[in-house]
Amino acid sequence: MSEVIVVTSGKGGVGKTTTTANIGAALACQKKRVLLIDTDIGLRNLDLIMGLENRVVFNLVDVIEESCGLKSALVRDKRFDTLYLLPAAQTKDKDAVTQTQMKQLCDSVRESYDYVILDCPAGIEQGFKNAAAGADKAIVVTTPEVSAVRDADKIIGMLNAYGVTRQRLLVNRVRPDMVRRGDMINLQDVTDILGIDLIGVVPDDESVIVCANRGEPIVLRTKSLASLAYQNIARRIMGEEVPFLELGREGFFGKLKHLFVREGVS
Amino acid sequence: MTAFFNRFFSKRQSRDIAKERLKLVLMGDRGISPALLERVKEDILRVLSAYMEIDPAELEIKLTETENEEQTAVVPALVASIPIRKTGQLVS
Repeated sequence: MSEVIVVTSGKGGVGKTTTTANIGAALACQKKRVLLIDTDIGLRNLDLIMGLENRVVFNLVDVIEESCGLKSALVRDKRFDTLYLLPAAQTKDKDAVTQTQMKQLCDSVRESYDYVILDCPAGIEQGFKNAAAGADKAIVVTTPEVSAVRDADKIIGMLNAYGVTRQRLLVNRVRPDMVRRGDMINLQDVTDILGIDLIGVVPDDESVIVCANRGEPIVLRTKSLASLAYQNIARRIMGEEVPFLELGREGFFGKLKHLFVREGVS
Repeated sequence: MTAFFNRFFSKRQSRDIAKERLKLVLMGDRGISPALLERVKEDILRVLSAYMEIDPAELEIKLTETENEEQTAVVPALVASIPIRKTGQLVS
């Protein structure tokens, strides 16, 4: 049974596109057939993060306006056998597509894939509404910052209003050092406040930026903690029970050592 | 050394401040707005005025949070401070 999942956040810059690219790659690593749709019309970036920008010919709006067939607009990621991208248009705006059209598109492609993942634009306007209209489920991305959490709460309410009630939370860019010293709201805080279940937690990791620079999926870097986090998220999406990464939690001796080392030098 | 003292003597961690501020702002976002509180205030005043004399300017009502009875969770709470000028004759 295929699923259409929207990756959304309300606030911009929290990592929706990176999340979409890497969850897609991680699911493809598990031999799932995956289609990623960039619904951020006018601000196309998923192709760039994935390193597929030079292979884009047609786009989402071309398909919806029927100026080309779906197959000719799809870009296959050569590093994976089962990962495809439908890029956004860069020259149009969000109003080029309606909710009905987006829903029709999602329904027409879903049988050919195990997972269709929609990279949603920031904001709560037309672009968000289009993406939400096509989705069965949502992954709400936030970071442990007050502004991102507030916007996530707003988006959760709006998803409910649109009937997308199956929602899971992804907390991105967690800094274990800051969590340990009480300068970052922790996972428990975020889930308490937002009231939806966690799908995953991704540490703030330099390799995310390095991979974006190179246009490579981070899941191919087996030694990075963020890579492991995305792979775990993919397995949870597939229904496996995978324990969450412990970021910022320490045992008693760890805490003691931390206290003395830190305070000793200050 | 200041970090040392901050850790042990009461200086609140920014995490706790963030959490508290978020909870309050989200209550507003989710529909308990200042305008709504103002209406609640007017209604309380109207009801109580039948029984006692209250200075409307002194009545204060605000949204905060408290532990529930089982002390298992922090829940939103409405706290009203209503100084009474004079009790009425209705209390026997």
